[in-house]
Amino acid sequence: MRDFDWSVIWKYRESLIDGLITSCQLFAIALAGGIFFGTLLALARLSRWKALSMPAASFVNLIRSIPFIMAIFWFYFLTPMAVGAITGKQGEAVGPFVSAVVAFIMVESAYYSEIIRAGIQSIPKGQPAAAAALGMTYQQSMVHVVLPQAFRNMLPVMLTQAVILFQDTSLVYVVALKDFLGAASKAGQLTGRVVEMYLFVALGFFIICFAASWLVKRLQVRLTVAR
Amino acid sequence: MDWKVFLDTAPSGGMTYLGWLISGLFWTLAVSAFAWVIAFSLGSLIGVMRTTPIRAARAIGTVYVEIFRNIPLLVQMFLWYFVVPEILPTVVGDWLKQTLPYLFTLPFAAQFSLFEFLAAVLCLGLYTASRVAEQVRSGIESLPRGQTNAGLAMGLTLPQVYRHVTLPMSFRIIIPPMTSEFLTIFKNSSTALTIGVLELTAQSRQISEYTFKTFEAFAAATLIYIVITMTVIFLMRALERRVAVPGYIAPTSH
Repeated sequence: MRDFDWSVIWKYRESLIDGLITSCQLFAIALAGGIFFGTLLALARLSRWKALSMPAASFVNLIRSIPFIMAIFWFYFLTPMAVGAITGKQGEAVGPFVSAVVAFIMVESAYYSEIIRAGIQSIPKGQPAAAAALGMTYQQSMVHVVLPQAFRNMLPVMLTQAVILFQDTSLVYVVALKDFLGAASKAGQLTGRVVEMYLFVALGFFIICFAASWLVKRLQVRLTVAR
Repeated sequence: MDWKVFLDTAPSGGMTYLGWLISGLFWTLAVSAFAWVIAFSLGSLIGVMRTTPIRAARAIGTVYVEIFRNIPLLVQMFLWYFVVPEILPTVVGDWLKQTLPYLFTLPFAAQFSLFEFLAAVLCLGLYTASRVAEQVRSGIESLPRGQTNAGLAMGLTLPQVYRHVTLPMSFRIIIPPMTSEFLTIFKNSSTALTIGVLELTAQSRQISEYTFKTFEAFAAATLIYIVITMTVIFLMRALERRVAVPGYIAPTSH
């Protein structure tokens, strides 16, 4: 047993809070982007046109069969090249945050597209058929009939995935981005107090994720009663 | 593209870069396999505990699952690697960190110590056990109550009911979700690179750093991951068909 010094956490509070904010930003952008592109991917996969459904399916299966960290490395490598090709400025530095954001949106859109596809497929065929019979276009029937019901059905699963996504943001550690874990790790190295720092991060994540999971469970119960 | 780079001699380990990849694959499989043994046995035990009528057992199971599910895997990795040796008595901690041998002598030369390997295996195993426990629990809970009651009515004790009725049924039903849990452990083993285990992802990054052939290095590792994933899915489908419970919806062949 060695002595602990918990005051280092208070001393480094600002950098820890900055780290937590970075984690939350990454989480929010990845969640919004993941659900948006995940919906598009799901619609593409369910499309009748092979030219649309095949690439979408390949992308989703590819991302789902490699480790998250491998995907982060890929997009960390590819994003600056893609940005360079678009802007014409080769070798322009794209910050680690932008690369991380791209990586997270890509990976999460693949994960979310599977949830959303299941949600869309849970809607009885009669619903889009009725919408078509009423003269709605494909787009109208998706936006006004199918997707609202599908999203309602899959809300609990999507929120559970959101909690997992929040935990996964800690993986940006591998590209040296200072998120909550990265900030604590840095402070731990500077002070030699890694034990206190990592225990604090574990506790912080636990409180946030436990509370969020509990809320999701309550919501699930309410949704079931309402139906 | 320059795929011949894998045949060049690598600066360490006395092998080519292809050798580095194979060595990385070996350690990925080793970490995953050992961790899966822990995850499967402990996860089954905890999943069963959460379905028993014994209150204390249910409480222990719930606490375990909530703790291990709500802390990110990477943070848990650091807890096992950095925090545990410090909390243990000094002698034990120092022994773990300094005396445990480096894994040089094994066929797939690795430049990390046995402690790093053990920390990764333990962390991944205990973390995945919480996920396996949830699968086992939902498998058992999906069975009609009548099965347990019929078993008890026939004079079986509760352990006998689990042994002969509940578990044989539920383990066959949960093969598909267990397959994805195994694939998850296989992919999650890459987090071990943060504590120095040179598994497949770490080796591909190392090759990219030494040769600047980033695309080739990442593509090769990605291909290996895909091949293993496909193989596992194929084998588990075969197993699923073999042990399918008559009368239940047959596994689809897509």
